Amino acid sequence: MVQNNTKDLKVTPLLDLHKELGAKLVPFAGWNMPIQFSGVLNEHICVREKVGLFDVSHMGEIEVKGKGAKKFLQFLLSNNMEKMLDGSVLYSLMCYENGGVVDDLLVYQFSENHYFLCVNASNSTKDYAWVEKQASSFNVNIKNISNETSQLALQGPFAKSVLQDLCDISLNELPYYNFRKGRINNVESIISRTGYTGEDGFELYLSPEKVSEVFRLIMDQGLPYGIQPIGLGARDTLRIEMGYPLYGNEIDDNPTPLDAGLGWVIKFDKGEFLGRESLLKQKEKKGQRQKLVGLKLLARGVPRAHYQISKNGKPVGEVASGTFSPTLKTGIGLCYVTNESEIGNHLDVKIRDQLVPAEVVKLPFVPSRVKK
Amino acid sequence: MEIPNDLHYTIEHEWVRMKNNRATFGISDFAQGQLGDVVFVEIPAEGTELTKGSPFGVVESVKTVSDIYAPVTGKVVKVNKDLESQPELVNSDPYGQGWMIEIEFSNSNPEQNLLSAAQYREQCKDQE
Repeated sequence: MVQNNTKDLKVTPLLDLHKELGAKLVPFAGWNMPIQFSGVLNEHICVREKVGLFDVSHMGEIEVKGKGAKKFLQFLLSNNMEKMLDGSVLYSLMCYENGGVVDDLLVYQFSENHYFLCVNASNSTKDYAWVEKQASSFNVNIKNISNETSQLALQGPFAKSVLQDLCDISLNELPYYNFRKGRINNVESIISRTGYTGEDGFELYLSPEKVSEVFRLIMDQGLPYGIQPIGLGARDTLRIEMGYPLYGNEIDDNPTPLDAGLGWVIKFDKGEFLGRESLLKQKEKKGQRQKLVGLKLLARGVPRAHYQISKNGKPVGEVASGTFSPTLKTGIGLCYVTNESEIGNHLDVKIRDQLVPAEVVKLPFVPSRVKK
Repeated sequence: MEIPNDLHYTIEHEWVRMKNNRATFGISDFAQGQLGDVVFVEIPAEGTELTKGSPFGVVESVKTVSDIYAPVTGKVVKVNKDLESQPELVNSDPYGQGWMIEIEFSNSNPEQNLLSAAQYREQCKDQE
């Protein structure tokens, strides 16, 4: 119940439409964004069971063009660009020399001379400065295209049915982590089979001038399927159920992305890249490092960020992100623990001076239904 | 947003309904709206003594957690057990089925320092 000064906040082209749809707006990463419409629980269930539409225009986009583009990204990013094909998407980390994470991002390859990176809103200014600084010795042009790019996410089991009738590409031929240029009722768009919910779905990149038109069109088309607009509140509960990291919670500029279980996007064998040496040293410390695990509460309570975790009264870690899981109807948390990370281990979460019993469970908390 | 005229309110967004030497209370429509979906309500057992202005329980929503403060001093004589299985009543009917506690108050002037509906309406306007 804090008073917020909203006049310095950035807004997406959909602000008025959000207000019309009953959104509650809050400042997020410098943007005035809808945190909820009908309510987080209802919206969450709607995405899991039907389909929901998110305005994620606050996300940043950075274009990388030029003859040296692939080589540059191979140096800039931790994941391996080598096997990327035109029209594919790759999740990667971008690290400092010390192994700290600048950001986690998606790479889109149009060709080996043309890419764009989709980055977190909270980091986009910092990211752009970092990418540009690193690019100086490569044959590339870097452009921040965040202001000319809006983004929608259509997620849920009916996402494909809703979008297929509106667009001119065959979604059956668009595999997970791939994208195509297409038209949504004559509006040029990048249609990407990606998302942050664990459901099948799409992320759409399009012009800010056209995004309101497309948002309304998708809402109308989705009406028979029970579509709802979804706020950032449910975006967070959906990603926590999937165990997806969020910059600022599970990862940050500390040199510990391996602890977050992100070793699968750090490819030491691909050759030199920013942060490689430091991360390699981290890797050798296996056993002394903390580990990100899923904790499911066995009694009533909701774990929140920074709550302490203990075993037999001895502190063993803390909660990175926590919520009430609308699917499991219990408290869940993504937590950093030292030792004690085996599945089935019983730990306690300290919630307001009470120790609430919890169990280490396998991630994701809820099975993923993306179309792999 | 609903603010019934026949109730008293606190600056922490609780409402109070006085009847004889009993006070029933819960959280206001404004408060439930700010918290969002309520998933747990922690309230003390019958017989607990509460002191005006002290936190006695918590409302946990999906997004956040908030203390509840005792609007008057007295002994808990009844708690709303329905909230254990249906915490969402706090959202759907904050002044009715979403009530939390009934207390028997000991002080002779329990309305002291409580807000009238008109005063509370002003306060909410400032915070919106």
